[in-house]
Amino acid sequence: MSVLTIREKLAILSDAAKYDASCASSGSAKKDSLKSGGVGSTEGMGICHSYAPDGRCISLLKILLTNFCIYDCSYCINRSSSNVRRARFGIDEVVKLTMDFYRRNYIEGLFLSSGVIRSPDETMGEMVEVARRLRLEEKFSGYIHLKTIPESSADLVEQAGLYADRLSINIELPTDEGVKKLAPEKRPETIRLSMANLRRKMEEKAEPTLRTKKRERFAPGGQSTQMIVGADKTSDDGILHTSARLYGSYHLRRVYYSAFSPIPDASSSLPLQKPPLMREHRLYQADWLMRFYGFSQPEILAGSSDGMLDLAIDPKLAWALRNRGQFPVDINRADRETLLRVPGLGTKVVTKILQTRRHRRMRLEDVGRICHSIAKLRPFIIAEGWSPGALTDKAGLRGQIERSCEQLALF
Amino acid sequence: MLPAELDLARYTVWLESQTDFAGWRDAARRLALNEVRPEDIGWHVAAGSDRPQSDLPDVPEGAQLVVPRDFIDHTETAFCHCDPGRFAFLYRLLWRLRAEPKLLAIASDPDTRRLEAMEKAVRRDSHKMHAFVRFRKIGDGEEERYVAWFEPDHFIVERNADFFVRRFTGMRWTILTPYASADWDGERLAIGPGAAKTDAPDQDDTEALWRTYFANIFNPARLKVKAMQKEMPKKYWRNLPEASLIPDLIAGADKAAKDMIARMPTTPAPHHAKVQAKHWPKHQPAETPDGDAAHTISELREAAKGCRRCPLWRDATQTVFGEGPDNAKVIFVGEQPGDQEDLAGKPFVGPAGKVFDAILDDAGVDRLEVYVTNAVKHFKFEPRGKRRIHSKPNAGEVQACRWWIDREFELVKPELAVALGATAALSLLGKAIPVTKMRGQVIEREDGLRVFITIHPSFILRIRDHADKEAERERFLQDMKQVRKLMST
Repeated sequence: MSVLTIREKLAILSDAAKYDASCASSGSAKKDSLKSGGVGSTEGMGICHSYAPDGRCISLLKILLTNFCIYDCSYCINRSSSNVRRARFGIDEVVKLTMDFYRRNYIEGLFLSSGVIRSPDETMGEMVEVARRLRLEEKFSGYIHLKTIPESSADLVEQAGLYADRLSINIELPTDEGVKKLAPEKRPETIRLSMANLRRKMEEKAEPTLRTKKRERFAPGGQSTQMIVGADKTSDDGILHTSARLYGSYHLRRVYYSAFSPIPDASSSLPLQKPPLMREHRLYQADWLMRFYGFSQPEILAGSSDGMLDLAIDPKLAWALRNRGQFPVDINRADRETLLRVPGLGTKVVTKILQTRRHRRMRLEDVGRICHSIAKLRPFIIAEGWSPGALTDKAGLRGQIERSCEQLALF
Repeated sequence: MLPAELDLARYTVWLESQTDFAGWRDAARRLALNEVRPEDIGWHVAAGSDRPQSDLPDVPEGAQLVVPRDFIDHTETAFCHCDPGRFAFLYRLLWRLRAEPKLLAIASDPDTRRLEAMEKAVRRDSHKMHAFVRFRKIGDGEEERYVAWFEPDHFIVERNADFFVRRFTGMRWTILTPYASADWDGERLAIGPGAAKTDAPDQDDTEALWRTYFANIFNPARLKVKAMQKEMPKKYWRNLPEASLIPDLIAGADKAAKDMIARMPTTPAPHHAKVQAKHWPKHQPAETPDGDAAHTISELREAAKGCRRCPLWRDATQTVFGEGPDNAKVIFVGEQPGDQEDLAGKPFVGPAGKVFDAILDDAGVDRLEVYVTNAVKHFKFEPRGKRRIHSKPNAGEVQACRWWIDREFELVKPELAVALGATAALSLLGKAIPVTKMRGQVIEREDGLRVFITIHPSFILRIRDHADKEAERERFLQDMKQVRKLMST
């Protein structure tokens, strides 16, 4: 094989990394370079330095150390049976690329993942070494996300947590059966255990140590995971059930949903079609309902016939239409929890309503000024001088809201 | 804004620059305290020595202007907006605030909304500056510098310079914009005059790598041009080295995606068979062991790892099996593992386990000499945000898990069993019994095993009242002392 240039390697190993949805650089501890005299900072809020035409944010240099891999997961472009071109970065090359990009303000940091070569420990060891050199030799304080290989040793994971802002382990598919079928060499029970161990480690390190009374740094950005949507037959209800379990059990910061995307040289066991992007979007909305809107997982789809989220309308509106008995809600009296369940009201708007109504009673047009679409909202609220009357229970309500939202979009 | 000579306002304020917030604040204070109405003031900016003096009234003796605490923060941000009417607008807000101190809390008021919109625009522009500044490197070694050309919508260079200092402390850099520049020499930040695009370097070799990355991280099967442009509007494109690739990527996306879908799966890569043979020697379809053949507790524990006798394994992390010596004289049976036990894979390590340990110790029972296990070996729970709320296992789950409990008893052959709580009693006796009523009693099973009945230690944890809690702890301690006596008979 001829020797590849850096540019060729970068092309292969970024192409190989793009199926990982996460590019987040937010939620870590604050740090900067004023004391170290190095380069890099994280200030809580993530920064998207560019956007690809797929609408996804480019925040991190997201690459694989190598796309050689001993696993044969049929949904993955890098599986061992795939004919994709292979490449391997040296540790120095990744460190230099990260620093060169960061100094020019192209990126917030590095998201390093890898195919597994020879053994999990050997691969994980190289990834940790990249992070160590960035932190200690380059005095780099930017964001580092390391994908953790579930089978690697506890010692390596501990070091990874010392240097990285975030660690992640992919659950791959929503059910163990799915993993067994599509990723026959992966062991779902090991993935669970690794997530459990990460949570324990994070909780242990969050306690001040006995001697120094200081908290040790360990992946301050927490852990996250990703599952592929649409490669197996799991319903949305099943997917959300798995997410709720993961959030509760392992305190994940995020579960990423990645619509299964056709890959070059795909395995014949997979659906060859365009990725279900709208389904992915609705799953994220439902995920938000669980995390920020006080919905429990079972109630999001309770009463739906097939356990699938409605693709035409958002999950909160769909829920409200199924639970009209809980509406209308009085915008001037209802508590925060109740307001959060009104379609069209986001967390920020609810805060504004609570603040404003302390000083004046709100009319429909007042609410209209601070929210995006009053059409969606109107049938579900009572305001000063406004009551929806029979509108809330009207048979054609769904169609009417859909149409008025479309008209607004065309405007 | 009217030219100054046509301005018929009673008072004319001359600010030093577009970002002269201190000047505006001083003028606004003097004018407001002298009851000068907003329509009587003209606001202007003039830089340098030809700036006329503002003729402003003095602050009346002892007068104080009180504004809500957050007003200054809000105005400081909105002040960076490019709207030429902002000086007058912010003064009007100040004027209204004297009669309506809660004005800023009324989100539906038009002025409050305008202020918010201005702040939002400034914050967004700042955020985009953090994101879209692109440095180009010039020189090497001692001479190495990084220079960027950026065109903000608002007057935000001063406001954002510190961000770049915190981030690029170890570099020497300059950010040039049409109205101002910021320069960091490694020690000191200097704000200077505006510049032209031609003052910045016109290329950097690393951009070729960045463009390679941009083109390859894009997934043509997920084309969403609108989403991209919403966050990265075209006005920024001219200064982004990667943006010139976008039209071609979009044009080729449909074909690239179709090609991916159309390309027939090929035969496995040549190295695949070798990799499979080396790393995954054909796993013979190992039968899931059911523990029937286990001769020791550790073999049984191994067999229970893959237990699928009831659906509880689905949501739990792992099977939490019993723990203790193979020849223990007593087996303590709890209900099911909790959150901590589920993570650690060991029984009685969570809060209830700690209470249990402490009381056993007080009673003079050595935990290392007893065997502890649970009636149900997987954690049953309802997720509630970041917590898991314990759910009680049902009779079917208890029954399914008796498979393991029975084998544990067969192997350990204890003289005594202690049922901690109702679920354990149900598992050991095969029927539900009133635990609080029968507490402290010993029931002999048909097979001769003596079962001591008591409560589960988590019951003590749930008692709120301190005295009640202590009393319950004491009662449990007495139970454990009785268990110790029973152990030695």
